[in-house]
Amino acid sequence: MSRVTQDHLSVNGTKFTIDDSWLGESLLYTLRERLGLYGSKNACEQGECGSCSIMLDETLVCACLVLTGSAIGRDIKTIESLAPEGSLSVIQQAFVDAGAIQCGFCTPGLLVTIEDFLDDNAEPTELEIREAISGNLCRCTGYGRIVEAVRIASKASTDTEGTADDGN
Amino acid sequence: MTATETYKIGARSGVGVSSQRPDAVPKATGEFPFSSDLSSHNMLWGKTLRSPYPSARIRNIDYSEALAISGVHAILTASDVPGKNLFGLEHPDQPVLADDIVRYAGEPIALVAAEHPEIAADAISRIHVDFEVLNPLVDAESAVTADPIHPEGNVIRHLLIDYGDPTSSGDVTVEGTYEVGMQDQAFMGTESGMAVPSPDGSVDLYISTQWLHSDQNQIIEALNLPEDMVRLTLAGVGGAFGGREDVSMHVHLCMLALHTGRPVKMIYDRNESFLGHVHRHPAKIWYRHHANKDGLLVKVEGKIILDGGAYASTTSAVLANACCFSTGPYKVDNAQIEGWGVRTNNPPCGAMRGFGNVQTCFAIEAQMDKIASALGIDPVELRLKNALEPGDQIITGQKITGAAPVKEVISSLADHPMPEPAINDLLARPGGTGRTTDQKHVKRGVGFAVSIKNLMFAEGFDDSSEALCEVNDGSVAIHTACVEVGQGFVTLVHQIAEEVLGVSDITVIPADTSIGSAGSTSASRQTWMSGGAVLKACEAVVVNLIEQIAKEEGIKYENLDGTLVSEDGTKTIPIAEALRGRSFQEKVVHRHAPTFPLDEKGQGNAHVSFAFAAHRAVVDVDQELGLVRVVEIATSQDVGRILNPIQAVGQIEGGITQGLGLAVLEELVMKNGVIQNANFTDYLLPTALDTPPIEIASLIEEPEPGAPFGAKGIGEPPTISSTPAVVAAIRDATGLDLRRVPVRPEDIALE
Amino acid sequence: MEVLIASSAEEICELLGQDNSRQLLAGGTDFMVEVNYRHRSPSSVIAIDRVPELRNWHHDGDSVVIGACVTYREIERGPLATLVPALAQAARTVGSPQIRNAGTIGGNIGTASPAGDMIPVLSALGAEVSLRSSEGKRAISLDDLIVGVKQTSLVQGEFIESVRVPVLESPQEFLKVGSRSAMVISVTSLALITYPKTQSVGIGLGAVNPRPTRAWQAEEFIKGFLNWESMQVDPSGLDRFKELVSEASRPIDDHRSIAAYRRHSIGVLAQRALTRIFSERSPSV
Repeated sequence: MSRVTQDHLSVNGTKFTIDDSWLGESLLYTLRERLGLYGSKNACEQGECGSCSIMLDETLVCACLVLTGSAIGRDIKTIESLAPEGSLSVIQQAFVDAGAIQCGFCTPGLLVTIEDFLDDNAEPTELEIREAISGNLCRCTGYGRIVEAVRIASKASTDTEGTADDGN
Repeated sequence: MTATETYKIGARSGVGVSSQRPDAVPKATGEFPFSSDLSSHNMLWGKTLRSPYPSARIRNIDYSEALAISGVHAILTASDVPGKNLFGLEHPDQPVLADDIVRYAGEPIALVAAEHPEIAADAISRIHVDFEVLNPLVDAESAVTADPIHPEGNVIRHLLIDYGDPTSSGDVTVEGTYEVGMQDQAFMGTESGMAVPSPDGSVDLYISTQWLHSDQNQIIEALNLPEDMVRLTLAGVGGAFGGREDVSMHVHLCMLALHTGRPVKMIYDRNESFLGHVHRHPAKIWYRHHANKDGLLVKVEGKIILDGGAYASTTSAVLANACCFSTGPYKVDNAQIEGWGVRTNNPPCGAMRGFGNVQTCFAIEAQMDKIASALGIDPVELRLKNALEPGDQIITGQKITGAAPVKEVISSLADHPMPEPAINDLLARPGGTGRTTDQKHVKRGVGFAVSIKNLMFAEGFDDSSEALCEVNDGSVAIHTACVEVGQGFVTLVHQIAEEVLGVSDITVIPADTSIGSAGSTSASRQTWMSGGAVLKACEAVVVNLIEQIAKEEGIKYENLDGTLVSEDGTKTIPIAEALRGRSFQEKVVHRHAPTFPLDEKGQGNAHVSFAFAAHRAVVDVDQELGLVRVVEIATSQDVGRILNPIQAVGQIEGGITQGLGLAVLEELVMKNGVIQNANFTDYLLPTALDTPPIEIASLIEEPEPGAPFGAKGIGEPPTISSTPAVVAAIRDATGLDLRRVPVRPEDIALE
Repeated sequence: MEVLIASSAEEICELLGQDNSRQLLAGGTDFMVEVNYRHRSPSSVIAIDRVPELRNWHHDGDSVVIGACVTYREIERGPLATLVPALAQAARTVGSPQIRNAGTIGGNIGTASPAGDMIPVLSALGAEVSLRSSEGKRAISLDDLIVGVKQTSLVQGEFIESVRVPVLESPQEFLKVGSRSAMVISVTSLALITYPKTQSVGIGLGAVNPRPTRAWQAEEFIKGFLNWESMQVDPSGLDRFKELVSEASRPIDDHRSIAAYRRHSIGVLAQRALTRIFSERSPSV
């Protein structure tokens, strides 16, 4: 029997103590309002917009659809973990460079989604990119610069790999 | 070209380059604070009780049970509004909290402040309102003569345009009635904010909005407080598109905070957000166009009804736009247009990007295609023949004195190469992963549309924006109340300062009410107005600098492109260097040239400037199932001058996507005054799979006289003719008439 | 809220045996939407998505048994996609990548929405659902399990353990109409499964009836027009075939679509599914 008695959540490699009263909240609410990790956003709370996308045990999900209690003992990674202190990840830099950010509300969710996607598919076609981000709504950009950012990031990643190989 | 490899983000620099957004990095790391990310020690959560009925009398409100719940700190109703229980963007006709009557489903009735949003929600569900449910007025056409549902009556505005000769006629007439459904701005960051009370009875409001000062004006009336006791600071905004121009939770938050003595935060969930802001006016439009055999338009007759919903918001101005631009970007010597903005028990409607021009453009462009067909003239040719030119008059009698490269906009787009035929990929076909459609079921269609948009406010509105440029020992700070909603004004501020002062490291003081109004972030006006104010404030610093140096050194310098050059030409100092060790404070208010009201015949120089755009849509249609895939949308736009290419492209791509949404996806479905799809499951925004690559054929830079840097506003034109272009393309593929947007599968398949 | 994390199917039985009002949480893609919008406020929840038996699938003779907590993603990709292609095609249309990673086949069945995307495929496959409780196990056809709109015949304390479908190694099709290219609830959908051994087809209809529906009459009618050797269909039967499929549907008007369109499109889907598998060829005289 596994009643939830552990009192912590593992988020971005850190153990956060949580209160029993939080178990019935959505993980999105807990991350934001309890743990002060405001990077994941709430734009629908229905799994229809992707702005709360996080990694749960290495799987891309919507945090609004995860019950905090059921996330105990699982490895949670949020937007806050994408960039090591002070520097941007490849995809974050690509977003900045491509002009893919306007209001920025959809941005964290997209970045987590794309990071996961490029891990799986390093040289995607345009349609593959669009299908991969079809669960992330953006109202400002029309997705054009976002798709461009993914292209830049995938090229940057494969270029780097090429260089590494050459070094050997 | 596709919008593009050529637009590389560079380091921050002057105007005309793709400078990086100063907030790009915090937005990329998730650290950028949106209004929903605010938090305060001792904070309470607010929530709103809303009417489920579109029309009802409130007999009694019993909140005793709710108030008794542990953790509930306050429940407020209409009688708790300290000042005037009325607000409104154009004039106050809407209750802060409904008193004895509710006029739309979603109208706020009571407020709760509690320790946790769940407790607040629980309390809301335990407030018992005794309603006498009434029959709602939901048909806009009958609203004109129906019993008034509001003391101000059901006609918010009735407008006539009587231009030229009403007896004129042409060789052919083409007539049609068109309908536009209710679109929603659906910005991603829902309404949110926090009010923090002070012991002296004042309050600080941190809020997402479009116009801090307009909000402030309405709040102080409702709270019965002087201006200096209600201070607004802009919190991070997650998009707006017109949906934040009206007050939503502003007064509510302040009331709860002042009543409880604690900070109060409120966030609308997506469902409540749909109920909590105004929508685009649904419209019914009849046109009769008269043209001659040679294709020249002779006269346009039109009747327009906009359903303004329960409260006035900006219905009056939206109607004016719809009517004034009823003939589109074309020369017409005669026009008889009649428009009504009416009140019903449907949800209130107001500003949405495009603001009235969207609705009539759909109808106008459909008519133009019909005329082309009736006369056997190519649709693009027809538009070129009738295109407005500088010096022409629009149907309000106003002469176009600025740039109007309409012909160039049209022909540059028409000349743009067509896309490749469809690749044989499931995702490239209508139906996508639904696997409904094989290549043999697909027919391709092309559609073309052109539009005009008036930039900035109209009809004599005294519009202005204030900016402060402050220099302290060479360090530059700029302050405006200009709201950044994502459009990139924050970048422009840096670019302007760098352009004028040569200083790249500036401080932008957060937008708040401690400085004068910047006006609304809407109407494609901020670059012109707030950009203009910043420009002038920086220039004023330079003037001051030159004066100061002249006094000190006795040398008169001239500003040559950011460098001060002495009269004799021997000494030069970059302005940035000259500023070191010096301090200045220049505050300016920037205004545009005056505009005037429309008279009883709809005549008057009511507008500041005009911008033109054209769109070409290519669609693949599976007619048997009525499924549409938009393959490409190409555009040319009249922009005056591009101040930041990558941001311009972003605005254009985003606006076109909203136009696509109205064409085939987005509609708030009403049933007897109640929204049926107030959620993202069923209010369908375009996803990345629905949105095609956007091709920019040409951005035509003909500087606009009177506009700072010659730059025209670019935010709205992309949303206007994109919708009719898509529908025209579907008509081309199917041969169907299609008089309504959004076009639904059944509209195609069952015809 | 009390949250319990089950580590075996037996544990679920025990926990439900103690208190059969406890609610089961799998992927959360339906459950949590209801919680977030306060349509569901459970006091005790059993998270079942870590139970190995529910998360796995296995061969059993010429069937596969798919655990209730197998996700759409796992059905869409991986070995199951080859074994039950129509189910994979349907899984790909559900929600978004985020939803597909979390949502489960058991959840789709348990929610029993008339628009549930697994349901027409499972119906056409003659799927059998295995139910379990502290009282034991029982098997029931999918068509008997779902008895109405969002209603199943599960008794209190019972849960869906797995679903069994045949591995047919013959063509199968799933088609779904929605107004948007992604993240869309079915307006109409249809699964067509071929059974070469019995020279018959199974047609499951989605979003046009309160309960899982087979287009039995259409299935029966078209038999006479199919040539299983050449994999051809006599086109003279297609109009009536379409009609019979449409007649098997009782669609409604709602905010997503209208009955007339649903009735029309379900017939079109049937014809297209069929003619993808059987090429149109009039039999030689």
